[in-house]
Amino acid sequence: MASHPAGDNSRLKRRRRSESVFKFILLASVILVSLILSVILVSILWKSLPALKLSMILKTPGTGYYLGQSGGILNAIVGSIEIAFGATFLALVIALPLVIYLNTYLKRRSFLAEVIRLSLDVLWGIPSIVYGVFGFLLMLMFHLRASLLAGMITIALVELPILSRAMDETIRLVPAELKEASYSLGATRWTTATRIVLRQALPGLITSVLIALGRGLGDGASVLFTAGYTDRLTTSLLQPVATLPLAIFFQLASPFPEVQQRAFASAAILTLLILAISLLTRFFGRKLSRNKIR
Amino acid sequence: MKKEKGRQLAAGLFSLFPVFLTIAIFLLLLAKAFPLLSLKSLPDLIFSSVWQPQKGQFGLWPFILGTIWVTITAFILAAPLSILTAIYISDYASSRLKKWLAPVLDLLAGLPSVIYGMWGILLIVPLVGKYLAPLFGTYSSGYSILTAGLVLAVMILPTIVNVSVEVLSAVPADLKEAALALGATRLEVVRYVVLKKSLPGVAAACVLGLSRAFGETIAVMMVVGNVPVAPTSLFSPAYPLPALLANNYGEMLSIPGYESALNLAAIILLLIVIIFSLAARIYLTRLGRRAG
Repeated sequence: MASHPAGDNSRLKRRRRSESVFKFILLASVILVSLILSVILVSILWKSLPALKLSMILKTPGTGYYLGQSGGILNAIVGSIEIAFGATFLALVIALPLVIYLNTYLKRRSFLAEVIRLSLDVLWGIPSIVYGVFGFLLMLMFHLRASLLAGMITIALVELPILSRAMDETIRLVPAELKEASYSLGATRWTTATRIVLRQALPGLITSVLIALGRGLGDGASVLFTAGYTDRLTTSLLQPVATLPLAIFFQLASPFPEVQQRAFASAAILTLLILAISLLTRFFGRKLSRNKIR
Repeated sequence: MKKEKGRQLAAGLFSLFPVFLTIAIFLLLLAKAFPLLSLKSLPDLIFSSVWQPQKGQFGLWPFILGTIWVTITAFILAAPLSILTAIYISDYASSRLKKWLAPVLDLLAGLPSVIYGMWGILLIVPLVGKYLAPLFGTYSSGYSILTAGLVLAVMILPTIVNVSVEVLSAVPADLKEAALALGATRLEVVRYVVLKKSLPGVAAACVLGLSRAFGETIAVMMVVGNVPVAPTSLFSPAYPLPALLANNYGEMLSIPGYESALNLAAIILLLIVIIFSLAARIYLTRLGRRAG
C-alpha cells in the first residue's frame, strides 16, 4: 500500500464512489417500492373506509340497490366466506393425504414423487381464469348450474397446488431423526405421520391453510362463470352465490356514484379480511419458529 | 398391518389426484377446441387479426399480441426494481428492516387482483390519461397497455422480490466473506460473487413473475380497455387473452365455433404460462437441492 500511494488512492476513491452510488440506487429502489406499496394500501383504505357503513355489512341488497337505493353486501360477505371455507376444506381433504404420502411413504427422489411434484408445479402455474374455464366445462358435463358447489370445487382446484406445496415444504422441515425415533419404537408409517410429523408441523400447516384461504377469498376470475351471483343469502350448495371480488367488480362498473362508493366499501371489507388472515399467518409463522427442535 | 396397507393405498390414490387433474385439464380443453381446429388450420387462427365471431372469423392475433405487450411492459417496469430491492434486502438491509418489509411484501402478494384493478382505475388510469399521454404528445383514454403494465408490474413485484431474496440469501456467507477479506467493496461482492453465483436463479425468479403476469385476469381487464384490435403503441388499448375469456366465456354461445375459439384461446394461454412457470420452477427446485 505504502509503495505507490497516489495510484491506489485514486482507485480506492473511484471504488468507494461507485459503492456509494450503487448503495444510493439500491436505497432509492427500496424506498420507491415501499412508497408504491404504501400508496396502494393507503389509497384503497382512504378511499373506501369513509364509504363503509354498518348497513353495508348487515344488509343484503334491497330493491333498487344497484340504482343507489339502500342495502348492503352481506350476501357477498357471507358468500365469500362460505365458498372460501368450503373450498379450503375440499382442498385440504386432498392435500393432507397427498403430503403424508409424499413425505412418509415415498422416497424423496422416487419417480412417483417427482411426477407428483411436477404436476403440482404445473397446476401452480395455471392461471385461475383457466381453472374457471375448466370448472365451467365440468359443470356442463355434470349438468350443474352456476352454484356454490361449482364455485367451491373450482376454487378448491385453484387452492390445491398452493396448499399442497406450502404443506409439503413445512413437512419436509420435520427432522428425519424424529421420524426414525418413532419407527424404532415400532410405530407404523401412518401413526408416525399423523401423531408425530403432522403434530410437529402443525403451526406451519395452519399457516399453509390460511394462505390458501386468503387466495380463495380473493380469487375472482375462477368464480366468474362458476359461482354465479345472487342478491340473497345462499343457503344451499346448489344455489348461486355472491362473492366479494365480483361484488367489487360489478359495482365499480356502475355509472352511479353511490354504487361505486359501495364498491370502495366492499374493497375495504375484502382488504381488511385479507389483512386479518395475513396477520394470523404471521402469528402462526412466529409460533413455528419457536417450536423448532434443535 | 392390513389397516396400514389400506391407508397407504388410499393416501397413494389421493396423491395421484394432481397428476390426473393436470391431464384432465389439458384433454378437456383440447377436446373442446378441436371442432374449430378441424375446420381451420392453427396458423390461420393464431395469425389472423380478424375477430368477428358473427361472421365465423376467429383471428386470435390481437389477443395474443395484447397479452405479450402488457406482460412485457409490466416485466420491464418490475424486473429491475425488484432485483435491486431484493439485493438491498438480502445483502444490505438490517434484520430489523427485513422484519418490517417481509410482512408487507407478503400482504401485497396476497392482496386480491380486483383490489389492484380498483387501485388502477382510481390512480393509474387518470395518471396515464391526463398526464403521461399528453406528455408524450398523444391522446389516451387512460385505459391502455401502459396502465395495465403499471398495475401488473406492482402485482408481480412481491413475487419477484420474495423469490429473488431467497435465491440471493442462499449464496454461502463464506464466499462473500472471502471476497470482503480480499478487500472487495460491498458492490464488488454483489457484482462478482453474489450475482455471479445467483444470476440464473434471479432470472428464474423473474420468469416466475412473468408467468404470473401472463395469466392475470381481473386487474388487467379492468384497466386495459378491451378493444380487439392489434395494439400499436403503449397508449393504445388492448385485449389480452385472459380478458377475452373472462368477458365472453360462460354465456351459452349460439354462434358456431365461438366456444371452440375461446377454448383454443384458453389452451394457448395455458401453454404459454406453463412453459414459463415450469421452466423457472424446475430450475429453482434444482437450485434448492444443490444448496440443501
